[in-house]
Amino acid sequence: MLKRIAVAVTALSLASVTGCGDTGDGEASPASGGRTLTVFAAASLTETFTALGAAFEGSHPGLKVRFNFGGSSTLAKQITEGAPADVFAAASPATMKPVTDDGAASGPPRVFARNRLVIAVPKDDPGKIHGLPDLTGPTLKVVLCAEQVPCGAAAKKAAAAAGVTIRPVSQEQDVKAVLTKVRLGEADAGLVYRSDVKAASPQVKGIEFAESAKAINDYPIAALAKAPQPGPAGEFVRLVLSQQGRTVLTGAGFESP
Amino acid sequence: MLLLPALAGLAFLVLPLVGLLVRAPWSTLGTRLAEPQVLEALRLSLVSATLATVLCLLLGVPLAWLLARVPFPGARVVRALVTVPLVLPPVVGGVALLLVLGRRGLVGGWLDSAFGLTLPFTTAGVVLAETFVAMPFLVISVEGALRAADLRFEEAAATLGATRWTIFRRVTLPLVAPGVAAGAILCWARALGEFGATITFAGNFPGRTQTMPLAVYLALETDPQAAIVLSLVLLAVSVVVLAALRDRWVSAS
Repeated sequence: MLKRIAVAVTALSLASVTGCGDTGDGEASPASGGRTLTVFAAASLTETFTALGAAFEGSHPGLKVRFNFGGSSTLAKQITEGAPADVFAAASPATMKPVTDDGAASGPPRVFARNRLVIAVPKDDPGKIHGLPDLTGPTLKVVLCAEQVPCGAAAKKAAAAAGVTIRPVSQEQDVKAVLTKVRLGEADAGLVYRSDVKAASPQVKGIEFAESAKAINDYPIAALAKAPQPGPAGEFVRLVLSQQGRTVLTGAGFESP
Repeated sequence: MLLLPALAGLAFLVLPLVGLLVRAPWSTLGTRLAEPQVLEALRLSLVSATLATVLCLLLGVPLAWLLARVPFPGARVVRALVTVPLVLPPVVGGVALLLVLGRRGLVGGWLDSAFGLTLPFTTAGVVLAETFVAMPFLVISVEGALRAADLRFEEAAATLGATRWTIFRRVTLPLVAPGVAAGAILCWARALGEFGATITFAGNFPGRTQTMPLAVYLALETDPQAAIVLSLVLLAVSVVVLAALRDRWVSAS
């Protein structure tokens, strides 16, 4: 009985392996339009990378770019566990590190963008916020990212640089969750990236503060060693690093490295 | 004929658990468990899941009775609406709760201005989020039990002059007690594992709204080993509680 199950399971897993092989092995049919470039990218890159992906498809007829957007550390885990991907763009060097440590990157990662924190407030700004020290008010509801995720680590660094102690009512699991709380008016303020505020405007207003310079987040990108499409993978990385990539990213609120 | 799929089903359910056990960092287990944050999250999980179950019982049993015993127009639609939280992705449920019970929500705005009461970011918010997600389990099992129960007992009580409330308390409830118990157990288990609605509606703050599933998720970001330990604790506690209660309530009655 068990043996029969084992056979069935093996057959199933074989089927899925060959299935992956089919989509990944595009060299055999360059003109048939069956090639797919798979890019794993941090959630904060959703808008910019989708635009760059469309441009890349335009200049590479027959090639499709498929994105997997998510939390950088989750993506890194998927890559080191063997998920078939060509390119990885992370929201912080710390989340890129497990991938390079594992030998899964084809070369040293390159920093292609920087993001700085801003104070996000609802558009009517009930807390009358001007800077980081305003976030320490006892009745003010502030939400931050949890320290375990990059935006939370950056928030902690910025608060330390400003010499203030922020007591958040919640430590959210990612930057978009912070933004949701601010957007719905549940929180009076939150610390998010400048590019996130830009994407959520006009419901959310961003307030710049000087100490953000002490907590700037670098975004590294790397083509992966086991990329099913090594050629296009390298070209996509070059596009992101190019002037065109820079224009798209700075337009969305990122800074050039 | 049935044995093969049954065994495959069992293997499918149990193998992920085996995976956790195999990958668990047994050597550092003791020190990790003794961390105050872990105990705090566990305590909060147990308290809020239990309170949520009580709330589900108080609201859900009468609702199940209404659906099973009182014919009214639109009962079919109401029954479908009761199962909405089952279908809704929990995160969406959390957002929906914010829109109604949040500081600027339809009801929450009034609660805030009239009583100075805000629910998001509080333990009460955790209990509400868990209740929202878990209540359908209770309503569905109790309604099923009510439909299966023999109506003649209730009719006999009515002919002897018992009021509706007396019949419900003295005849109906004892008849469907196993169904209520089974529903409450399901409800508690669902509340204990609740993640999406909780983190969206109540946020995440250690000691106040950080339940075990939230602690597991955040630990996964930086320290997968700690996440495995936390999951094992949650699993062990729930298996022990469920096994003990099931024997006492369900099979005995």
